[in-house]
Amino acid sequence: MSSTLEHDPRVIEERADLASLLADYRRRLRQGDVGQLPVVVGLLVIWAIFYFASGGVFLSSFNLVNLTLQMAAVGSIAVGLVLVLLLGEIDLSAGVVSGMCAAVMAALSVRSGLPAPAAVALALGVGAAVGALHGVWITRFGIPSFVVTLAGLIAWQGLLLRVLDRTGTINLKDPFITGLAGTFYNGATAYALAAAFLAYVALGPVLAHRKRKAAGLSVAPLAYVVARAGVVSALVLVAIAVLTADRGISSSLVYLVGLVVVLDFILRRTRFGRMIYAIGGNAEAARRAGMPVKRVRTLVFALASMLAAWGGILGASRLLAANQSAGQDDVLLNAIAAAVIGGTSLFGGRGSVWAALLGIIVIQSISNGMDLLSLQPAIKFMITGGVLLTAVTLDAVLRRGRAAGR
Amino acid sequence: MSVTTPVLELRGISKRFGAVQALHDVRFDVRAGEVVALVGDNGAGKSTLIKTIAGIYRPDEGVTRWHGKAVTVRSPNDAAALGIATVYQDLALCDNLDVVANLYLGHELAGPGGPLGLLDELAMERRAIEVLRKLSVKIPNVRIPIASLSGGQRQSVAVARSVMRDNEVVLLDEPTAALGVAQTREVLELIKRLREQGLGVVLISHNLSDVFEVADRITVLRLGRWVGTYDAKDVGREQLVGIMTGAIAGMDAAPAATTEERLS
Repeated sequence: MSSTLEHDPRVIEERADLASLLADYRRRLRQGDVGQLPVVVGLLVIWAIFYFASGGVFLSSFNLVNLTLQMAAVGSIAVGLVLVLLLGEIDLSAGVVSGMCAAVMAALSVRSGLPAPAAVALALGVGAAVGALHGVWITRFGIPSFVVTLAGLIAWQGLLLRVLDRTGTINLKDPFITGLAGTFYNGATAYALAAAFLAYVALGPVLAHRKRKAAGLSVAPLAYVVARAGVVSALVLVAIAVLTADRGISSSLVYLVGLVVVLDFILRRTRFGRMIYAIGGNAEAARRAGMPVKRVRTLVFALASMLAAWGGILGASRLLAANQSAGQDDVLLNAIAAAVIGGTSLFGGRGSVWAALLGIIVIQSISNGMDLLSLQPAIKFMITGGVLLTAVTLDAVLRRGRAAGR
Repeated sequence: MSVTTPVLELRGISKRFGAVQALHDVRFDVRAGEVVALVGDNGAGKSTLIKTIAGIYRPDEGVTRWHGKAVTVRSPNDAAALGIATVYQDLALCDNLDVVANLYLGHELAGPGGPLGLLDELAMERRAIEVLRKLSVKIPNVRIPIASLSGGQRQSVAVARSVMRDNEVVLLDEPTAALGVAQTREVLELIKRLREQGLGVVLISHNLSDVFEVADRITVLRLGRWVGTYDAKDVGREQLVGIMTGAIAGMDAAPAATTEERLS
């Protein structure tokens, strides 16, 4: 035996004190993984600008509750798009599919007289079927998702017009449907919801820390983990206090945050989530490792379209109507922008569903703030486009830096 | 030669792609705890043979034996099920995932529930550290993404992946091709440790110094034919180059019929 065959206990450094945490952060910065700090800073700047420009109205409880109502529809679509983007694919039909499925729900409920829950479920099913069709087409024929979903965008637009052709709009009065977006939670219920959320985002990491330590694995300093949990808890409690000072926690917000939590759990903790990241990182490697790449792709497109349908339903519920312009204009643009601004890479494998939540807050804040200032649609479009371009450019530049840093 | 039964044994393997006879009557075997180098000039059929062993190609003729028993390898999954792992030149790692996730790619430890089964990250991380330590692979941290590792570290992770499960034969396709001197050394040491763990290692390499450093036996292919298998101790570098290029007759020289073809 030569000396090289002896075990060197130090080959894997297991230090995880504050110094190595900092070293880790520097390494990530060098590799272009800037985390979400720039977005958070950007959001604070945007809020400050609108706060002063609107004379304080922007950050009032009333307006912030409106913000939570406005962002649920596009936010749900963005969550679905994050899944697709993680695979390194794109779904251009998400906006139109959301409008089309809202129209299907409205037609089934109002014209066909179906019970509202059944109409909602069927519309979600239509969304899933549409996505599955896209996915099968993409994987079976090897056509880029860009093209297939572009064709979908046009075709489902046609179906949307067809479903609503008689009147162009279907008004929604069913209390189940209108209650989807417009229910508010206050008092104990609001704080119970906050507690459930904090159990996942604040208590979860602390418990995970304890389990790792018990298993003899390297851990970050407990103080750091606890401090982070404390900051998150404080922010959530402040948000609850601000929102309940007006109408309360909207069901729209609860659904959106719930979606993010569930999908974050699936992405990070389950085999299915690991497959999505692996395929987005290196599809060939995933295939060779025996992962069912085509099935996962198809499933993700189905899931994303179903989430788009859900977004459309929430949007219709808020507007109390499904109309022919639903899901058009800037819906898709904003959803993609939200996903990318939050830090999801367009090139696959990098990002999280939290990105969609953070991104939609940014996008909707800009939109909401510009409405408060009564800006022209022309200006709004140009500014939103500029923000998207900035975010995508940031992603591309950082990615180049990372590739060169190898 | 040793009397132990080879783990993997191929006899009379032929493979044709249209008009091209890529492999013709090739024999090859590898035993537990030895490194067999597969050498030959470009177009000798090394890659075709490796892909045949890995189950990517199906041979037109020939027998494959696993522990002396005839088997049919129809797909990469069949090969993997037997216990054959392949490390290709492109490594097939996911840059965005960390070392632990890559070591377990496609074979994650997870609870019940199929695709929704919960990943057992703690168990995976513990076992990953254990395996990397056993192989003395130098990695700063098992939770950093592959993208931030050096070429040698990536190669080491790719090789270490082949011992994560109970594989018995590891195929390494040009593992040192893209590496510097120090990193090449690291990978060669790793290959020696695989041998120590009792694995049969098949090494494809153009670099004869690497071959002589780690190989126990050397199988030479030329123009899709088996030319000979030599003990690394008994053959010199000049001689090996001669055999590879056809300047020196190989072990297959005996039958007159093949001699003519060999000279063509």
